[in-house]
Amino acid sequence: MARPITIKDPLLERRMFIRRTVAALAGSLLLTLALIARLVYLQVVSYDHYRTLSENNRIKIQPVPPTRGLIYDRHGVLLAENLPSYRLELIPEQVGEANMERTLDALGRIINIRPVDRERFQKLRRRMHRFESIPLRFHLSPEEVARFAVNRYRFPGVEVHAGLSRHYPYGRLTAHVVGYVGRMNEQDLKRLDPRNYRGTTHTGRVGIERAYEPLLHGTVGYEQVETNAEGRTLRVLKRQDPVPGSNLYLSLDLRLQRAAMAAFGHYAGAAVALDPRTGQVLAMVSVPTYDPNLFVNGIDRKRYQALNTDPERPLFNRALRGQYPPGSTLKPFVGLAGLELGFTTRDSRTFCPGYYMLKGGKRKYRDWKRTGHGFMDITHAITQSCDVYFYDLAHSLGIDRLHDFLAHFGFGRRSGIDLMGERAGNLPSSAWKRRAYHQAWYPGETLIAGIGQGYDLATPIQLAVAVATLASYGQRHTPRLARALALPGDVRPRPLPPTPVQQVPVIDRRHWSTVIHAMGQVVANPHGTARRIRTRAYSIGGKTGTAQVFGLKENEKYNASKLAEKLRDHALFVAFAPVDHPRIAVAVVVEHGGSGGAVAAPIARRIMDAYFGVDSDHGQP
Amino acid sequence: MDSLNPGSGTRRTLMQRLHLDTMLLVGVLACAALGLVVLYSAADQNQAVLLRQLLRLGIALGTLFLVAQIPPQFLFRWTPWLYGLGILLLVAVLVTGHVGKGAQRWLDLGILRFQPSEMMKLIVPMMVAWYLADRRLPPRPLEILVSVFILALPTVLIARQPDLGTALLIGSAGFFVLYLAGLSWRLLAGLLGLAAASTPILWHFMHDYQRQRVLTFLDPQQDPMGAGYHIIQSTIAIGSGGLYGKGWLNGTQSHLEFLPERSTDFIFAVLGEEFGLMGILVLLFLYGFVLTRCLYIATRAQDSFTRLLAGSLGLTFFVYIIVNTGMVSGLLPVVGLPLPLISYGGTSMVTLMAAFGMLMSIHTHRKLLPH
Repeated sequence: MARPITIKDPLLERRMFIRRTVAALAGSLLLTLALIARLVYLQVVSYDHYRTLSENNRIKIQPVPPTRGLIYDRHGVLLAENLPSYRLELIPEQVGEANMERTLDALGRIINIRPVDRERFQKLRRRMHRFESIPLRFHLSPEEVARFAVNRYRFPGVEVHAGLSRHYPYGRLTAHVVGYVGRMNEQDLKRLDPRNYRGTTHTGRVGIERAYEPLLHGTVGYEQVETNAEGRTLRVLKRQDPVPGSNLYLSLDLRLQRAAMAAFGHYAGAAVALDPRTGQVLAMVSVPTYDPNLFVNGIDRKRYQALNTDPERPLFNRALRGQYPPGSTLKPFVGLAGLELGFTTRDSRTFCPGYYMLKGGKRKYRDWKRTGHGFMDITHAITQSCDVYFYDLAHSLGIDRLHDFLAHFGFGRRSGIDLMGERAGNLPSSAWKRRAYHQAWYPGETLIAGIGQGYDLATPIQLAVAVATLASYGQRHTPRLARALALPGDVRPRPLPPTPVQQVPVIDRRHWSTVIHAMGQVVANPHGTARRIRTRAYSIGGKTGTAQVFGLKENEKYNASKLAEKLRDHALFVAFAPVDHPRIAVAVVVEHGGSGGAVAAPIARRIMDAYFGVDSDHGQP
Repeated sequence: MDSLNPGSGTRRTLMQRLHLDTMLLVGVLACAALGLVVLYSAADQNQAVLLRQLLRLGIALGTLFLVAQIPPQFLFRWTPWLYGLGILLLVAVLVTGHVGKGAQRWLDLGILRFQPSEMMKLIVPMMVAWYLADRRLPPRPLEILVSVFILALPTVLIARQPDLGTALLIGSAGFFVLYLAGLSWRLLAGLLGLAAASTPILWHFMHDYQRQRVLTFLDPQQDPMGAGYHIIQSTIAIGSGGLYGKGWLNGTQSHLEFLPERSTDFIFAVLGEEFGLMGILVLLFLYGFVLTRCLYIATRAQDSFTRLLAGSLGLTFFVYIIVNTGMVSGLLPVVGLPLPLISYGGTSMVTLMAAFGMLMSIHTHRKLLPH
């Protein structure tokens, strides 16, 4: 390497280097002396102070869990609240390993401690530090608190802590929407930020409580406390307050919720009501339901078994996860597909002799009305739910065109509602069948698909979104339950930004008007299948449907009364009101209800009555 | 004359032929042994931890031995290339680096995770010494400027990772070369003044957690849950140790988990609690012995490059010690630096031993000089 040649004086440089080194050594010595001075101050001068701190009074950092945010309905009715409760906690280090069993037994004599409680306590004990406070019992009664207070001197290391416990005042009514919180378990600890959940005992398990967990939970605070040798807090030295969780305001209307629940009576099923203008969920019920308060502090095994094995499946959220053949409720959409894609017109008619046969085929595809409907245009076909008209239309459309058109309405895809665990239903196409069954699509299957049977499956929430989209000329909003949010310190809740909206391509608005008008006739026309829910208070557009639970042979006759109830068809109804500028869209599925017009439609009517403030029994506003 | 001076071939001892320096090796091993004793207690008598540390110590000593075999002239020739490579790797880390604990320092090389900033601790003083080696000392203003650039470039890159502790070490290692090369006292004062003046600017560029550390240092009570908690607990641990300590394995603060990171950055507090002031003084004496030996080796070096390099490595070792002990005893802000030869952890131990290896190489590869 070429370098400039400079005259160096090695001796001089070395001497300077030594001077510098000695200076550095002196500097280091000085710094070390400063350090030693500090150590002497700590270890000799202040020794007593620090020894006391370390041996008698220990400084401990305790997490202060935040208060969970409250959940309200759209009118400010409290759906989830925090009630004061007392829990019994033990610090193993202070109880002592040898005394543990004896202490637990002695406690059991003054306070009711179930084997489950002991089991959970032992499990927690293995996971936590010896000096941490571990809960043994939750929700002590006032008597138990008093009994313990009297005996407290006998139990060093055992203390009663006041806390808050989640409560759902409308329990069963809102269980499938609000969900519930449950005690944290090991999986939760892996999923959640362990720092922020230090001191938190419960976390959202299902429903809104789960979906909005990060907002509802808040941020943990800390307390720096001085404790005595037994760990009992002597005084709080410093406190950093937790940030409480945000309050959540749902679009749910408790009145509609109540009306829907009552309307179901002893039937099982689900109903969803939406505002078609915003996608806000006004009501969402799944019956039968359960009491979420049972889960908050650990449900006992027997009751859980009972809920879990109940053939009516009360824990199953039908609105979100129940997948039903949409049946005839699909007909308006198929009709619109025919109009928009040019396979039929408003005035073209099809003759219905009571059955339909494919060219060259032998099988008779029957209409529900064995005698036939005669000549049908689209309005009459929807009003009277003529099968043959739609067999013919579906056949000319073909399955793939039908699939692509129906997909615009959200069939076969999760609606994206702000709850977890939603099912996607199924919207068949020839490609789908090849994928799923490695089989070709048969033309006959197109006919079945055209009346919403066969491979078609939809959830109640999907049906509600689809009918809302149809009624509002193609505006498809992502449904949502949360409407507004109040951060800690907010005087009034701040509305959440609107959900995404998709516009279904509209070729001719008159086609949509035709179908919407026909749906109005389903209720308004004396021949309409839902004529019995007609009211003068407001106009209703709707479509009935029945979904076959099991198939009938070609020549068999369906006799509802003879069939066991479990084999009866599901009854469906989708509706919107008022017909012209709809403010509410409803989907109702009644499991084994038999008839859409007779069973499902009245439930929808009661929900809409509640919305419009109409007394259902008199039909007057 | 100096008895350790390898006079003639026949008088070379075994240690000299292995290119090891007995005094330095003894000092280093004594520190490491004390470290293992303290670590055993800090790790709650976990033998697996002790074994892992022993393994690391073995690897580090192996590195020391290998580096000691490399003649300084060889290092000298390769210095600029190593420096260039190091800068490239630092840039690579910034661009693609693995993010751990909110800071990116690691370069993922398949099975091996590699920390380029670690080897820069050696390369930066080498590079500054290389640049100044054949020049007339003390350096002229332009040469000072170039040297400052050489040390500032990697320092800034590492500070951006962000790794304040390592940046501090590397910056000071380069700076010590300049200082030992005879940077005038007046300029030195000027540079320090400049550093003080640039504090507000530095503040502006700091990460939130770094600012928090400085604030915490100024008032530990302000953040008693985070870094302030560390300082409060470590001062209690040290203070309660008193003159003679609570005895080995008997530290209450350390064992009741009041003291965080007690086997890594805060191990000094465990020493203070269990062995008291006396234990600390023993460690400081051992450190002093090692430091003095390093500086002695530097003064015996035969050319500018090795002299400056050896001196800088020795003084950087001291920076390690004073920054860590100062932090744990509450004199300095919390900077993530381990206590050399004592703290649990691998990478920095290997680098440190490589530095000692270089010192031994410098001392044992000296040419015969006419007396």
